[in-house]
Amino acid sequence: MNQPAAASPPRDAAPAIELKGICKAFGPVQANQDVSLSVEAGSIHGIVGENGAGKSTLMSILYGFYEADSGSIEVKGKPAAIEDSADAIGLGIGMVHQHFMLVPVFSVLENVMLGVEGGALLAPGKRRARKEIARIGEDYGLKLDPDELIENLPVGVRQRVEIVKALYRGAEILILDEPTGVLTPQEADALFDILRTLKERGETVILITHKLREIMAVTDRVSVMRGGKLVATRETAATNPAELAELMVGRKVLLQVDKQPREPAEVRLAAEGLTVVDGQGVERVKDVSFSVRAGEIVGVAGVSGNGQDFLLEALAGIRAPARGTISILDLQISPERPADPAEVRRHGAGHVPEDRHAMGLVMNYTAEHSLMLGYHRHPRFRRSWLLDAGAIRRHAARVLPEYDVRPAEPRLRSADFSGGNQQKIVLAREMDEHPQVLLVGQPTRGVDIGAIEAIHRRILALRLAGCAILLVSFELDEIMSLADRIIVMNAGEIVGTVAAEGADDHELGLMMAGIRPGEQKAA
Amino acid sequence: MSAAEFWLLFVLLLDATLRVSTPLMLAAMAGLFSERSGVVDISLEGKMLGAAFAAGATAYATGSPWLGLAVAIAVSCFMGGLHAFATVTHRGDQMISGLAANMLAAGLTVTLGIAWFQQGGDTPPLPAEARFSPLNFPELAFLADIPLLGPYLAPVYTELLSGHNLLVYVALAAVPLTAWVLMRTRFGMRLRAVGEAPSAADTAGISVAAMRYQAQLIAGLLCGVAGCYLAIAHSANFVPHMTAGKGFIALAAMIFGKWRPKQAMYACLLFGFFEALAARLQGVEIAYIGQLPSNLITALPYILTVILLAGFIGKATAPAAIGTPYVKGR
Repeated sequence: MNQPAAASPPRDAAPAIELKGICKAFGPVQANQDVSLSVEAGSIHGIVGENGAGKSTLMSILYGFYEADSGSIEVKGKPAAIEDSADAIGLGIGMVHQHFMLVPVFSVLENVMLGVEGGALLAPGKRRARKEIARIGEDYGLKLDPDELIENLPVGVRQRVEIVKALYRGAEILILDEPTGVLTPQEADALFDILRTLKERGETVILITHKLREIMAVTDRVSVMRGGKLVATRETAATNPAELAELMVGRKVLLQVDKQPREPAEVRLAAEGLTVVDGQGVERVKDVSFSVRAGEIVGVAGVSGNGQDFLLEALAGIRAPARGTISILDLQISPERPADPAEVRRHGAGHVPEDRHAMGLVMNYTAEHSLMLGYHRHPRFRRSWLLDAGAIRRHAARVLPEYDVRPAEPRLRSADFSGGNQQKIVLAREMDEHPQVLLVGQPTRGVDIGAIEAIHRRILALRLAGCAILLVSFELDEIMSLADRIIVMNAGEIVGTVAAEGADDHELGLMMAGIRPGEQKAA
Repeated sequence: MSAAEFWLLFVLLLDATLRVSTPLMLAAMAGLFSERSGVVDISLEGKMLGAAFAAGATAYATGSPWLGLAVAIAVSCFMGGLHAFATVTHRGDQMISGLAANMLAAGLTVTLGIAWFQQGGDTPPLPAEARFSPLNFPELAFLADIPLLGPYLAPVYTELLSGHNLLVYVALAAVPLTAWVLMRTRFGMRLRAVGEAPSAADTAGISVAAMRYQAQLIAGLLCGVAGCYLAIAHSANFVPHMTAGKGFIALAAMIFGKWRPKQAMYACLLFGFFEALAARLQGVEIAYIGQLPSNLITALPYILTVILLAGFIGKATAPAAIGTPYVKGR
């Protein structure tokens, strides 16, 4: 490194990563198109873009998952050929994947040393790894119990294991792919502190995210990707969320939704002492009571896996309650008298499931069939006991453009639409029935900023029309901007209910971690 | 019957248990390697059968049990390689591939047997020197002379510990060896990682496909020894369908043992004990019951398999990635 480099440009240090003209196509789809990116050593570099903008592909090329069709990679000023992850690791590149790459039944120690055991027998390597984990823990403030099994650790700690794993392999360049998706705001803040420490220690961090707030909070520079191209790189201090959003989408985006006041009317959805158990008999929802009124959006905030899915399934009639009652309009559901989803729909309640792939759509159905799933018994789709193909086609032809599903092609397979458009199909199906009550789970998960805006407008329009809406989301921002009241769930219980107006994300974050409002001041 | 006589009967029963359990233990360890790597292996049966035929035919043709063993292992490894090629390289359905291997072995061994030896599918009986014969430990005459315990200890040594062929001891050694490889070596840890979380292993720079191929080859090796044992150590020739479901019983034992070597061995011994007991009870009058129908007795191990798997296994903890071909980048 210290040799006098006559030919290289006069700089203090070579960039940690230099990508030049990277192109990558999957079939007809150009995932990366002539992408050039330079990441300064010792900086935190953000990469933002919508889903499908090519950020993950680019990082996968850098980490050796895919090979670029053309273009070159330089690591620390030297040309690098990265053919698999082992090459990347050898060059000091570490990656923290969005879905953690950990073996759940292995201990922290085993996970950290996996792949770099240092010998055919494990014992000496384990001793060495144990010492090294302790050292990394000291140096970077990443304390871990090496003998705990991954499956017993909360997600925030698992992520820490991933970071330690990368550092153990000698990573000097750390790529984090959507690292905050599963974290509470407090855990996310803790992660940002860790990233800053890493930077102080001279590590280079690449942060991939679609959350602009995170970019603003922690990065030094930010690159924006759109449609497979890198459209801009900015100093974070010299830009703002509005500009970045515009660069991501290619047009002006309203980050704030325009919510009109509306006085809530009668109660349309209520749960009393509702308890829901899973297949193993574990209580996933515990003694929950709340109500949603006409013209009101009640948001259910919480970290994924705290019973929200079971709550929605119980309300939608998919899962019978173990105790307590549910009333939806004039339908009463109790353990003695369970309902099925068709009955709930018949009474005027729509349901947009959290997982559109598993529950919302049959991926192999055409759009027109996906648009009547669950309503296929409705007389307007039937001619006596046969389906009325003409009516189904006409319905799809009307609804698809109305809900801005692109392409508005009734015969296209559901699987062939992008995530955002699949979600619009589900929403269109449920909203077009003019429901009195709407249960919505994660309406914008994996959906582009542009489509998010449209989906939010739709939900708000339904509220104005007097629908009672229960909104489950793991995106606190989404809940705070749409809901009138916010219920916070932790471990199946309601920790507290707050009015959305004037709600504070710090306070909500603590509640999501299970700390009740009264206890916060004491703490 | 004196106590010492009864004890001798019991020791002989345990001795038979060990003989019957040997192929089960080998096949169960084979299944363990395969399944811990994430590949379902119902083809233990077919591998054993193919190996048994290979051993019988080779030992007859060459007169050497060692060549019989080598060819048995080669055939079984080849079948394991085929299974890997179908399920790992081409991501085929592991059940179907295993089923195909079983059918192939069942059909091909008989067909080749008839074509080569014209004895209805059997291979010709082998002379003693073409088989693995019993190894007798040096006599320990003083054992019988120990006061009080002597009559009890002596048969344990002479009948139970001594007097088995080499492959029985190989099977017994295979269990701790499997446990050691799985838990204490780099190879074992990587194998388990591939079976539990293949994408985690892949991102750690471990080739999922290479690990699964190696697991299949080890499974082939162990099944090869098991098949060889059946044809030229336990018996004196190959007989069509001589595995008679042993591969499936081994698979059941492995699941019953929750994919752990030692527990799987105990399960194998339990199944073996019932099989030995069934053989022992054949034609014996039992007080108040009379003679047990022989069909029922032979069915005992299989009935036991069903009951144990259905009721007593508890929460089965299969390797998380079992049965799913690994697709990169997902």
